[in-house]
Amino acid sequence: MNLTLKIWRQKNAGTKGSFATYRMDDVSPEMSFLEMLDALNKKLVEEDKYPVAFDHDCREGICGSCGMYINGHPHGPVPAITTCHLSMRYFKEGDTIWIEPWRAKPFPVIKDLIVDRTAFDKIQIAGGFISVNAGAAPEANSILVEKKKSDDAFDSAICIGCGACVAACKNASAMLFVSAKISQFALLPQGRIEAKERVRAMIEKMDEAGFGNCSNTGACEAECPKQIKLTNIARLNREYFKAY
Amino acid sequence: MGKLISKIPDGPLAQKWTKYKASVKLVNPANKKKLEIIVVGTGLSGAGASSALGELGYSVKTFCYQDSPRRAHSVAAQGGINAAKNYQSDGDSIYRLFYDMIKGGDFRAREANVYRAAEVSNEVIDHYTAIGVPFARDYGGTLDTRSFGGVQVSRTLYSRGQTGQQCLLGAYSSLNRQIKKGNVTMYPRREMLDIVLIDGKARGIIARNLLTGEIERHAAHAVVLATGGYGTIYYMSTLAVNSNASAAWKAHKKGAFFANPSFVQIHPTCVPQMNEFQSKLTLMSESLRNDGRVWVPKSKGDAREANEIPEDERDYFLERRYPAFGNLVPRDVASRAAKERCDAGFGVGETGLAVNLDFRDSMKKQGKKVIENKYGNLFEMYKTITGIDPYEEPMRIYPAGHYTMGGLWVDYELMTTIPGLYAIGEANFSDHGANRLGASSLMQASGDGYFILPNTINNYLADEIRVPKISTDNPEFAETEKAAVGILNKLISIKGKQTASSFHKRLGKIMWDYCGMIRNKEGLEKALVLINDLKKEFWRDLNIPGTISELNMELEKAGRVADYFELAGLLATDALNRNESCGAHFREEFQTPDGEALRNDEKFAFVAAWEYAGEGNPHILHKEELKFEEVEMKVRSYK
Repeated sequence: MNLTLKIWRQKNAGTKGSFATYRMDDVSPEMSFLEMLDALNKKLVEEDKYPVAFDHDCREGICGSCGMYINGHPHGPVPAITTCHLSMRYFKEGDTIWIEPWRAKPFPVIKDLIVDRTAFDKIQIAGGFISVNAGAAPEANSILVEKKKSDDAFDSAICIGCGACVAACKNASAMLFVSAKISQFALLPQGRIEAKERVRAMIEKMDEAGFGNCSNTGACEAECPKQIKLTNIARLNREYFKAY
Repeated sequence: MGKLISKIPDGPLAQKWTKYKASVKLVNPANKKKLEIIVVGTGLSGAGASSALGELGYSVKTFCYQDSPRRAHSVAAQGGINAAKNYQSDGDSIYRLFYDMIKGGDFRAREANVYRAAEVSNEVIDHYTAIGVPFARDYGGTLDTRSFGGVQVSRTLYSRGQTGQQCLLGAYSSLNRQIKKGNVTMYPRREMLDIVLIDGKARGIIARNLLTGEIERHAAHAVVLATGGYGTIYYMSTLAVNSNASAAWKAHKKGAFFANPSFVQIHPTCVPQMNEFQSKLTLMSESLRNDGRVWVPKSKGDAREANEIPEDERDYFLERRYPAFGNLVPRDVASRAAKERCDAGFGVGETGLAVNLDFRDSMKKQGKKVIENKYGNLFEMYKTITGIDPYEEPMRIYPAGHYTMGGLWVDYELMTTIPGLYAIGEANFSDHGANRLGASSLMQASGDGYFILPNTINNYLADEIRVPKISTDNPEFAETEKAAVGILNKLISIKGKQTASSFHKRLGKIMWDYCGMIRNKEGLEKALVLINDLKKEFWRDLNIPGTISELNMELEKAGRVADYFELAGLLATDALNRNESCGAHFREEFQTPDGEALRNDEKFAFVAAWEYAGEGNPHILHKEELKFEEVEMKVRSYK
């Protein structure tokens, strides 16, 4: 199929960006979205032009590196997948595709479609851990965990830290991301011991990084490639109230 | 032989590690603070080592090329992590885990290292559980396990189909804790360009800031490489597309021997290639073979839909050839058996390069719900990629490059042949012999990082306590930096026509065709010529737009591909040199009448450790003889 791509090009954080238009002919419906961009970049490099910069790595939906706005949706129009898993079979002949970076103040653009997500790391560093040194742990089965709670903790723990929730939110809130980590630890007995300090520290860092507040719109849940649930945010709020 | 001192402690196998720990030199807490350690890579081994060393009080500097340490490729491991817990009372023990690994590796691994890996496996599970890794549980609240290929017990702990992700996020959280405490300084988006040696010891690295192109010097008392494997040498593989061997290869060129480069695992259960632009092959966890049955039609070129082929016209070839282990034979065996059927014309799908992995029977027996609980996310992923629903039709799978058992040669202390330079996790060669068993990579990487290196490195650093902070003003830093920048300038000034990826793709095809699942002398010799020709073309016709002093992903790729050309040559040479079949290394000339691998223990029971001898000179082979004190080398049979 033949497509028109409107891609955000921006040299660096200090310069203004704009959309550039590219024609892509003979795109196979079996390509992934990133493979389509690979093909564009191959052409650009052969013409000695700067390729479109984007983050990507595992290309199997688990590392959380890739992420771009595609036709107004983080990771594109298909629910519950990352950009690398988006297949070109979802597009049709003659389509124009708009491709943009995440847009949120705490995620400044570095170049083209690459943004700086280190604010997420900073929140995790503030308290997203359980303080046990290697070698200090008791025998694993001495900690019993109710299966339901363990499964729920897992469902929260599968967040890949891609930032789609922040990009989707009109407030650029990081509440879904933070609540997923808080929930994982809040649900497990191992995590209860430091629960108060953790939630205080992570929320403080979240606010400091400039993320907005949650107004229960639910765009984050709708766009999350891993389907992290909004109920995590409710749990985060409860944990936060309990911590003071 | 003289240069390879493996430092295996004396005494009975089961007591070596305990004895070693009791007698190894220690560093007191006040001195630890003054000693700096560089760790490159943040997968399970790198993040594990960084956090454990930080917990001990060392000053650690950790590097990764990703934007966050949480994205290292351990994150993609699916099926599980082994431990000798014997939670099922099915006769498991440390000895059995050790024996399964030694046998699975076709008796080409070092006995003492493998035993130790099995020994620390239980501590690894205790640790991950304590730091909140949500492993699957039974209704009573205890940990659940599943089975994996090549073993007859159930010893694999798992988090649905995302065990690697959950363990890595656990390791990332312990790393974060040490970052917060100030014991670890994290340098993301950095690529190591070279190792700096002073008086023969590893004393630092030259790194490139991938965002700015700035070249940085970082000094330390010791350097640890946790940089993973070289599976992307095949271009398409199950690895992250940016995974690379450059750090290990640069260390090799500085004097670290490279061991068994030809031992590469081709994973049997991957989504087959669908188009020519494809950039990677996605793994479908081996755990699927617990409940999925592998089959092809009994008649050649049978074009019917899988569900229309009746039971008696299906060839469950793994169950037929290997009745004792059935669908759970080790990976190398399963891969070759699939290739054999496809090459003989029985493959399915449009390309004929695929076999069926069918869940019909287990869904009938256990119910769809149970299967969904175990593999739900894998089924979803398969459907997303292919558009086919595995609840309704069998999956189609084909082997793909996956894991490299070869890597930097290390002694019992995980030190390379460069003093003060360590290699851990997949980056070293030590524990998997000629073939790795499923769920043992997470186990080994975590064991190396959390529990082995933090003990062994003391033995070296104890003699370094009088060495003051290493200065990056040493002339060795300037020289190494100059050489590293020289390579970048050379690459960027070629100004040819072709992209780094297009060369990588062509190199990958050569490697897959001649140095893949099945090899022979003629093909390997041909590969050496083809690799060399393509390498020359690369250095003549590569194009990289832009400069070296900015974010330049084409430059990053080119540097990695340049190193792959050199490693590819060594891989083929090693395969050519090893005139036997063992584990994943299958030489057509050396097989039994029924097509199984034919080892030659008399001549090849050694680790091939290759020494770099300078540009254009052939590598020098050193042999570490493998002595088995506890086990007897047997023919590896899964029949």
